[in-house]
Amino acid sequence: MTNDHLLIKNVRILDPAAGAEETGDILVAEGKILKTGKDLSAAGAAIIDASGLIACPGFIDLHCHLRQPGYENKETIATGAAAAARGGYTTICCMPNTNPPLDSAATVSYVRDIASKDAPLVKILPVGCITAGRAGRELTNMIELATAGCIGFSDDGSPVSDSRIMSLAMENAAVLNLPVIDHCEDINLSQGGHMNDGWVAVRLGLKGIPAAAEEIMVARDIALCELTGARLHVTHMSTAGSTQLVRNAKQRGLKVTCDVTPHNLTLTHERVMKVQDDPRTPLAYDTNARVTPPLRAPADIAALIRGITDGTIDAIATDHAPHTIEEKLCEFENAVSGISGFETAFGVLMSLVHTGRISLNALLTCLTTGPASILRNGTGTLKAGACADLALLDVDQEWTVDVQDFLSKGRNTPYAGCKLKGLVVATISGGRLSFRHNSLRIS
Amino acid sequence: MSLSEPRPGTATRETLPGPSIDFWKHRHVLDLDDFSREETDLVFEIAEGMVEILDRDVKKVPTLRGKTIATIFFEPSTRTRASFELAAKYLGADTISLDAVKSSVAKGESLIDSLRTLQALEVDAIIMRHPCSGAPYIAAHNLDTSIINAGDGWHAHPSQGLLDIFTMRQQLGDLKGRKAVIVGDILHSRVARSNIWGTRHYGMKLILCAPPTLIPRGLPEMLERCSLSHVTIEYDLDSAIKNADIVMPLRLQKERQQSGLISSLREYIQGYQINAARLAGAKPDVLVMHPGPMNEGAEISPEVAYGARSLIEQQVTNGVAVRMALLYLIAGGKNK
Repeated sequence: MTNDHLLIKNVRILDPAAGAEETGDILVAEGKILKTGKDLSAAGAAIIDASGLIACPGFIDLHCHLRQPGYENKETIATGAAAAARGGYTTICCMPNTNPPLDSAATVSYVRDIASKDAPLVKILPVGCITAGRAGRELTNMIELATAGCIGFSDDGSPVSDSRIMSLAMENAAVLNLPVIDHCEDINLSQGGHMNDGWVAVRLGLKGIPAAAEEIMVARDIALCELTGARLHVTHMSTAGSTQLVRNAKQRGLKVTCDVTPHNLTLTHERVMKVQDDPRTPLAYDTNARVTPPLRAPADIAALIRGITDGTIDAIATDHAPHTIEEKLCEFENAVSGISGFETAFGVLMSLVHTGRISLNALLTCLTTGPASILRNGTGTLKAGACADLALLDVDQEWTVDVQDFLSKGRNTPYAGCKLKGLVVATISGGRLSFRHNSLRIS
Repeated sequence: MSLSEPRPGTATRETLPGPSIDFWKHRHVLDLDDFSREETDLVFEIAEGMVEILDRDVKKVPTLRGKTIATIFFEPSTRTRASFELAAKYLGADTISLDAVKSSVAKGESLIDSLRTLQALEVDAIIMRHPCSGAPYIAAHNLDTSIINAGDGWHAHPSQGLLDIFTMRQQLGDLKGRKAVIVGDILHSRVARSNIWGTRHYGMKLILCAPPTLIPRGLPEMLERCSLSHVTIEYDLDSAIKNADIVMPLRLQKERQQSGLISSLREYIQGYQINAARLAGAKPDVLVMHPGPMNEGAEISPEVAYGARSLIEQQVTNGVAVRMALLYLIAGGKNK
């Protein structure tokens, strides 16, 4: 036995891929899961006493922003990966809206080089651009990007408006068998909007982004998916109407998948207006609640939760979008969109489990096997022989979000100061600890 | 008698309502949504005293002597700015005025930095206008100095809302059962929004009338959620105006046609211009108000704007009085 053996004792093992739940031990060796079972032992192995904890496959994030190259003041691959590991993530897919964007093999290789040097423990999978410069006009060299290691294509944030260009991209992606990951937004309809189109926007005098702006593009993309046979992944879906469109498409057997964010599942547009429930608190205009797609109405949240329960929604993705303080300490209309999400995702999502709105199994499915089935790379399981990517969770641990303590450079979160129940105690990536909370008992 | 000495019996800090002022809790004036009936009435009571001062030959009183009031405008304005500055000067305050459109902001200075500079200069209140909704709230959340909102984006223009209601009450007395119609670009109007909040205490009906493209989609739900049941929406001006006591057209900006919100000025005039023929459907003694600046020939015809029923000039005068009252309450109080 070498000392890279790791034995996790007395842990409640939840592996949504296997549909199994048992309490026992997990033995990890040479970066892989050797076996799971009762009363395992291994001489010389490091032992984690995980009684009271849950072990599940490491979380997989289909949508995050690591900001390198170009915006290292917001985040670097190193700080982003550290934050991801703290959040329980072992695999993260980074969006291509860097500067320069990931529209060539050279920039994709740069990201992968930095990732293997600065963040060797977290699997960082780049998403390549659909069009050059994310400008929506000329297709990138998609074969070259796929060869360089891109796991899908997206112009995230600047969606391809031209349906012809999008159909061509999908035809190429279909042959490569990689998903087109679309941020669905009709930018003519959403133009100049700052938050959800609804009563709160009227109250605040802000221009709204109607749900229809998203749904029009979801409907178009589904039509193009049917036309081309490509795999379509609708990312950070936010409305009831989109959920229904995806549900129908799945029922028709189309290759459509989707993800939602923790914040779109837990916060409504009212969060922009108020921080507390006290009606006499002056309007907040909280720029930390500014995000694209915007925080929506309660009916949208209810529909998204139904979508998780009935399997319409495949994954929960953070859309981790770190920004500097100055970019948020300004007028709401001038603030950048986005939430630093890695470090709060699990605690935030557990509120849905603790209030009985979704099951723990459904949540873990959306964080592990769901996204793994879109990446098709064999991650997201604790079966013997699988890569030892695990998260150890204390579902009842209460903690308070302290942004000063974040590993991410981005402190932009509407959950600052919130009390959460549910903590990632350790993250194991390829058999090695990529994050450990100080409460972890290891010998 | 010295110039600065008040005449007996006029409104000064000594003779203005003393004890009743204790319920005034506002450090800032951001919008009328958090003004109670008592607070609004107090502003009006003090403003009446100020109107009296404005009638004098020598309008200066020493109430805010030694205080400094800053105005910082991130958006061009002449009327509101002049009105606030005169109000401060008549109360004896020193004023400084920063034109943020042309100065530091053009050099890339942030909103908070601009305002922190003013705070460091130890001014007693900052009067600010900004093209972004909520900018004064961001200021109030991050600064200790009192902020008076002189208009933010589409959101609020509380001193305008107060002067409008003050003018209505001056003309009509009790507003209970009265009917006012605001006509035009509700979508972009901070004046309309502040009037919606301000009028809720007075038992009157407020009708918002515009083509559907100039009424925000979420407005009916907003009115319901905020218990603003005195407000109704009407697309047809002739039915809206029936038996109206007050009609207030809003400025129609030329850009609205370019962005497709109205198809043509001609069609807008046919449907929504306030002119003599239109007013025939209202009460015979209907009053016409306008927050200014007017676009004569567009939302209002000149014969109505300058006609006998027009209160537009009184609004301007009352604006100074109401702003004096606000400055008195914000900068002159004993909480300083």
